[in-house]
Amino acid sequence: MILEQIKQGFIRDLAEKGQREDGRGLLDYRAIQVTKGFAPNAEGSAFAEIGKSKVLAGIKFDVLAPFADRPTEGVVMVNAEFSPVAHPEFRAGPPGENSIELARVVDRGIRSAKVVNVDNMLVAEGKVQGVFIDLYILDHDGNLIDTAALAAMAALKDAKVPKFEDGKVVRGSNAGPLPLQDIVLSTSFEKIGKTIMVDATDAEEIASAGRLSLSTANDEKICSSQKSGSAGFSKDEYLQMVDWAMEKRKDLLAKI
Amino acid sequence: MVEKADLFKNGKRLDGRGPMDLRPLKITAGVLDRAQGSALVEWGRNKVLAAVYGPHEVLPKHLADPPKAIINARYIMAPFSGQEEHGRSGPNRRSIEISKVAKHVFENAVLVDQFPKTMIDVHMEVLQSDGGTRVAGITAGAVALADAGIPLRDLPVGLSAGLIGEHMVLDLDKYEDNLGDSDMPMVILPRTGEILLSQMDGMLSRDDISKAFDMIFQGAQKVRDKQIEALRQSYERMAAQAQQGENNQ
Repeated sequence: MILEQIKQGFIRDLAEKGQREDGRGLLDYRAIQVTKGFAPNAEGSAFAEIGKSKVLAGIKFDVLAPFADRPTEGVVMVNAEFSPVAHPEFRAGPPGENSIELARVVDRGIRSAKVVNVDNMLVAEGKVQGVFIDLYILDHDGNLIDTAALAAMAALKDAKVPKFEDGKVVRGSNAGPLPLQDIVLSTSFEKIGKTIMVDATDAEEIASAGRLSLSTANDEKICSSQKSGSAGFSKDEYLQMVDWAMEKRKDLLAKI
Repeated sequence: MVEKADLFKNGKRLDGRGPMDLRPLKITAGVLDRAQGSALVEWGRNKVLAAVYGPHEVLPKHLADPPKAIINARYIMAPFSGQEEHGRSGPNRRSIEISKVAKHVFENAVLVDQFPKTMIDVHMEVLQSDGGTRVAGITAGAVALADAGIPLRDLPVGLSAGLIGEHMVLDLDKYEDNLGDSDMPMVILPRTGEILLSQMDGMLSRDDISKAFDMIFQGAQKVRDKQIEALRQSYERMAAQAQQGENNQ
């Protein structure tokens, strides 16, 4: 957007001095809020806000054919919808590269840490459980990956497994909470000039040359990494961000 | 059928490699006639072809960036390239994501401000796949860019590391990628030590990541040597052809 474009120089000058437009420190998140159960028709849902960014995650269970080489394994699928309500530059239509990237990054974190135990999800012959996680981006003021990952995790914590009868989901039924094996959260860093900061706003992202998103799991593990944008990071910078992500995980964890 | 337990035994991997060993790698520059620059990377059983067109006029026009060239990167797998059934042709979610991060690599490496308001295409076609195709594709794309005479800060080098059980190894093949515990593809600029692409799945500790970086930086030197050798041979062939032309006159 034109205003954010004009602001770039201002934001870069501030970053060079270790400052930010809204007065935050480089490693401070904006206010974080999570509301579980926002969309009660879904088997799990959560509305996550980081600053002014808002993402609604909804989870639906379904039955589907398993992958040929994994006949009893369930399937977890993450999809992101960059709704045109969220930003003047978002257009309705098929998912673009940012939407696909966000969904796949969140998906890799959840999958790598085996948050959902997909073993033995056979429902009937040739049918397994499918866990569909949809991430609705509703307001975009930067750091959508962390906001979406937080919403996804909170929705998983909110999710109740329905009953399955005759190879079908019994809608509205509840066979208990979805057991989770890990908690995965994302911390994204932007590099503006030589300065690295967390939880960038939209204007900061426009001024930024590149991003690193790290997903953290229990036991001080990193379970996904995604570098985006043209900036390069040194090994030392990367490992520093790993340490910071572990640190920030504690704050995020407290919110869900 | 390969089992996970077969992947690493007595310090050796399934194909006999040690942890630091790369698969056989051959790079040939200038393999296509029409493209401005091209390269074929044969890496283990992978075959990836890269072609560069441009700088040319930006299409569609509104994408043009007045101060610099934009990069149009396209990574795609041929439907017959895998061991599995016939894949769907055309881009899928995976290839769109890889194309995006590959674009970021070339945006960094190419001196884009030398070509304002233009577009540079880097096409990466995976013709045969066996694990590590994105790093092979970007390694090929880098050579194709240099072959096209497009100025670069350095040649980006792609290489992956990953965990098999507790063993960190370089250059994972298909079995190691599918059955191993973690895969971490990276692209670096060896000259500056910058990381231009980093993706991963699996569970890694800080120490694992640090070790993977060190191994990749070390192994990348071998890939870089092959890239430079490919370009040297391509120039030698051109020089020989030019000489032949002169002799014929």
